[in-house]
Amino acid sequence: MIINHPLLGPRDSAEFTYMGDARLMDRPDPDAPDAAAAFYDYAYLRDNPAGWHRELWFHEAGDRSWLVVTRNTVTHEISAVELASDVARAQGRT
Amino acid sequence: MDRLTPVPALGAGTQTIGSVTIAENSGVALASVAARRGQSDACGKVLKSILGDVPAVGKAILHDPEAGFWMGPDQWMIGAPMASHEDIADQLKASFGDAASITEQSGAWVVFDVTGAKMPDMCEILCNVPIRKMVAGDVQRTMIHQLGCFVIRRAADDHIRILGPRASAGTLHHALVTAAKSVA
Repeated sequence: MIINHPLLGPRDSAEFTYMGDARLMDRPDPDAPDAAAAFYDYAYLRDNPAGWHRELWFHEAGDRSWLVVTRNTVTHEISAVELASDVARAQGRT
Repeated sequence: MDRLTPVPALGAGTQTIGSVTIAENSGVALASVAARRGQSDACGKVLKSILGDVPAVGKAILHDPEAGFWMGPDQWMIGAPMASHEDIADQLKASFGDAASITEQSGAWVVFDVTGAKMPDMCEILCNVPIRKMVAGDVQRTMIHQLGCFVIRRAADDHIRILGPRASAGTLHHALVTAAKSVA
């Protein structure tokens, strides 16, 4: 599998480490009234789609950037690769 | 007091195997520069004053006495001769101030210079970099023998510099020698 790194171009997936569902970027607010339920969901509940899935990959043997990769779990086709920092900034985070 | 000389990472002698020469280079002082949040532009200005320009993605600036390369977003490695820049981290801290975090890296890396006509063949055995497409000043981080290393294509056509983890200098040297033997 080849991951088309936004900065470095196409790189072998062996250089990357899979770090889970991209929803992990959205940590719930610990001060919210429903924090316990939100953290239960955040920590334990995962969708397991047969199809498109947004996931985090860490370029461990490369530039050490975190990526959000949109991958089809059935075909391994990758439709989008973004820097996780750009995704977070687009959500208004710093 | 006796004049002290720094201890090299490995102390292995220069070896020529076939047409490939593997030499440990203990004369490189290193420090990393990581821009603090929102300080990319400020760091760019200082890098320009030190290196002449800001290293682009996947590129090194082979400048004297300081050279530098891109490691990751807003992160660079700066190298210079050990003889004149042993305190490179302190020197850089003085230049960058609060714009960047500087970490001394001389004690973290072993530097090998690999030269010779068959260097590209050897490199292809060792790691996953497109060595024949790379030009002088191209840098890639990659795995060699399960070790995260930087491969820098230097000015001479047959010369690459490999930075690997210093604590695994012996392992990396073994990998280089084995690859050199197999292309000799």
